[in-house]
Amino acid sequence: MAIKICHDAINPWQELQDYQNHALNPDVQFGATGIFIGTMRDMNDNAAVQRMTLEHYPGMTENQLAKIINDARERWAFLDALIVHRVGDVIPNDTIVLVAVWATHRGDACDACRFIVEALKSTAPFWKKEVLSTGQTRWVERNTDGYRKS
Amino acid sequence: MSITVRYFASLGERLGRSESTVDFIREMTVNDVWRLDTAEMSMPANILAAVNMEYAHPDDRVHNGDEVAFFPPVTGGQSVGD
Repeated sequence: MAIKICHDAINPWQELQDYQNHALNPDVQFGATGIFIGTMRDMNDNAAVQRMTLEHYPGMTENQLAKIINDARERWAFLDALIVHRVGDVIPNDTIVLVAVWATHRGDACDACRFIVEALKSTAPFWKKEVLSTGQTRWVERNTDGYRKS
Repeated sequence: MSITVRYFASLGERLGRSESTVDFIREMTVNDVWRLDTAEMSMPANILAAVNMEYAHPDDRVHNGDEVAFFPPVTGGQSVGD
């Protein structure tokens, strides 16, 4: 299991390859990898967004992300998990978050990955402050339910 | 006895500070810390609290040396509406 908080741009494909090649136990025989990559958009809540700052609570962030992975372990059988989350100044098209779960079977990999993403969005101490194209700034005060059909 | 209090995101901006220290002599709860340090009667319903970096309830007791944090709802991951 690994949790990384990055102040610089994340290359999610490189992170995945590095983790799978170097950190994953070579004896682990995984049959499925569930992956989620969240990317910053240039629109939010009907406004054009120029950039944003991601604030977090160092220490609690890592604790909470580890707790989320451990909670997932109690519900699904998976072999390993990786969370990489960006903080600091972010621009549209930057990767904000990468979640990857390696499991023997696809059901566990996909379901555990989805659970980790949703739990992260509702309990990990990150906050977004957006700068709109008008120059106005605003805090994002809520997250929507990821299971809602749009 | 003394505890460290931290405020994050829009709450820190509203209060005009991100950290302070509260000294106390009697037993206190998380909500007591809020009242003492912000001069507001009770924690707003949308404000979350943590003690020593774990989520806490307003009625939880605090102890000497604890770090108590208050913050608005969290918004990690990608954007709203995704």
